[in-house]
Amino acid sequence: MNTIRYYLPGREQYMNVLIMCVVLIIIWQVITTWLPDLVLGSMEGYEVFLHQTVIIRVSIGFLVLGIVTMMAINWYTWQEQQKAEERKIDAENLAREAELFKLRQQLQPHFLFNSLNSINALIGIRPEEARKMVQQLSDFLRGTLKKEETQWVSLMEEMQYLQLYLEIEKVRFGNRLATEIDIAEATQQMKLPALLLQPIVENAIKFGLYDTIGETVIRLETRGGEGELVFTVSNPFDPETSSPRKGTGFGLKSVQRRLYLLFARHDLLTTEVKENVFITTVKVPQLHKTEIGSK
Amino acid sequence: MSKVIIIDDEALARSIVKEYLQKHPQLEIVAECGDGFEGIKAIQQYQPDLVFLDIQMPKINGFEMLELIEQPPAVIFTTAFDEYAIRAFEAHAIDYLLKPFNQERFDKAVAKWSERGVSSENKTMELLETAAQSPSQNNRVVVKNGSKIKIIPTHDIFYLEAADDYVKIHTHEGYFLKNKTMNYFEQLLDGHQFVRSHRSYIVNVQQITRIDPYEKDNHVAVLRSGIKVPVSRGGYGKLKAVLGL
Repeated sequence: MNTIRYYLPGREQYMNVLIMCVVLIIIWQVITTWLPDLVLGSMEGYEVFLHQTVIIRVSIGFLVLGIVTMMAINWYTWQEQQKAEERKIDAENLAREAELFKLRQQLQPHFLFNSLNSINALIGIRPEEARKMVQQLSDFLRGTLKKEETQWVSLMEEMQYLQLYLEIEKVRFGNRLATEIDIAEATQQMKLPALLLQPIVENAIKFGLYDTIGETVIRLETRGGEGELVFTVSNPFDPETSSPRKGTGFGLKSVQRRLYLLFARHDLLTTEVKENVFITTVKVPQLHKTEIGSK
Repeated sequence: MSKVIIIDDEALARSIVKEYLQKHPQLEIVAECGDGFEGIKAIQQYQPDLVFLDIQMPKINGFEMLELIEQPPAVIFTTAFDEYAIRAFEAHAIDYLLKPFNQERFDKAVAKWSERGVSSENKTMELLETAAQSPSQNNRVVVKNGSKIKIIPTHDIFYLEAADDYVKIHTHEGYFLKNKTMNYFEQLLDGHQFVRSHRSYIVNVQQITRIDPYEKDNHVAVLRSGIKVPVSRGGYGKLKAVLGL
């Protein structure tokens, strides 16, 4: 993917290059006409020669300037392509290395086995709930398997998937886990890469639940920024026992890596600490309408 | 009648253990705890004969909890998935239950305990040394300060000092004692951040502002707080290597 197209303003720029060339040539001609006059005084033969060669000199000037600018543009494009190529190779390597890890991550053994253990307990005491949880767990796993990481989904779809996850976690942790969800109307149909948010929420739950005793409120919030979807998760933590250095734990690191590979930006995932609340923010740039069709 | 305590942060996980225990009327549940702090209190209060202990719990995990108890009781560990823990169990042949487990497997574990007492004290101690190397544990140290439990993130540590059978952990809040050896800490702590500068000292290199010569052949590391930590000749070499001098 050539990311420079986001920064090159396209055709109008070539028009600008042309105009710049013309302006520079005019300046060049003016200087070459007047400078000998000033320095050497008037020389009739030379002036005639200058007048006769105007077209040739302008053409040569245009060619030289044109070639230099074109070369510069090509050089930068080539360099960017080179970098894109490197990123691609990096991404491929990473994909290979991470394959095993990803498989395991996808299955989320800790989550899965603990959920099965909860179901096992429910079967004895509240079989109806056990049945419900089996259903939720299956839907959740199916969601994980069905979606490809390259796929883009709407926020609503991703939220449904998150809801399943949260429901299961609530059964496991009982009233220790509470959630507040605030989805801005305008963001509902915004798009994002599939399965992007779940690791972030998972991180918040782990961080929140394993770091505090008693009830933990996890807050999910979305806002529509300028051409981007802004997703915020906040969880309480105890600054006494865990410092936010762990802020980008492994889960978040992989999200950050994914965002970089998709958008070539490092600033899309940020974390901050406000009093005893840890806040993770993800920005997902929205593609232009025409590009969604081609995706 | 034997006394049993169940420690697990998930209520449903405790309830399945309770259910399976119904088949063992000789075992009486004296307490149920949702985290390690409650666990310590209950163990000290009731002196149980057997504890069912989860590993991953809020604040302090199951291993850290056991470290803080002077005479750990017999323990059957329950865990869903924890590679390090399982490796530690297997290395020390201690019984553990992988969630979800059934009544049959549970009965076996209980039978093993009643035959020869699962995880005798020594084994538990060895287990804790192995388990301490898991990544979830090596960025903090849990100590007991009177009746209070203190979790010290490793980057808060200035330096460690040997003191008889204990190690003094110096922080900005003063020092804490832990009944472990210097070798234990040298292995536990990240070698890029903590250097054994002297037989009796391990220093946090991020705290060092300068290293001054001291008498002949020796040096002292001056920390941000102004404290001077002895550096032996061998320690000076190690410090230079880590600091890239």
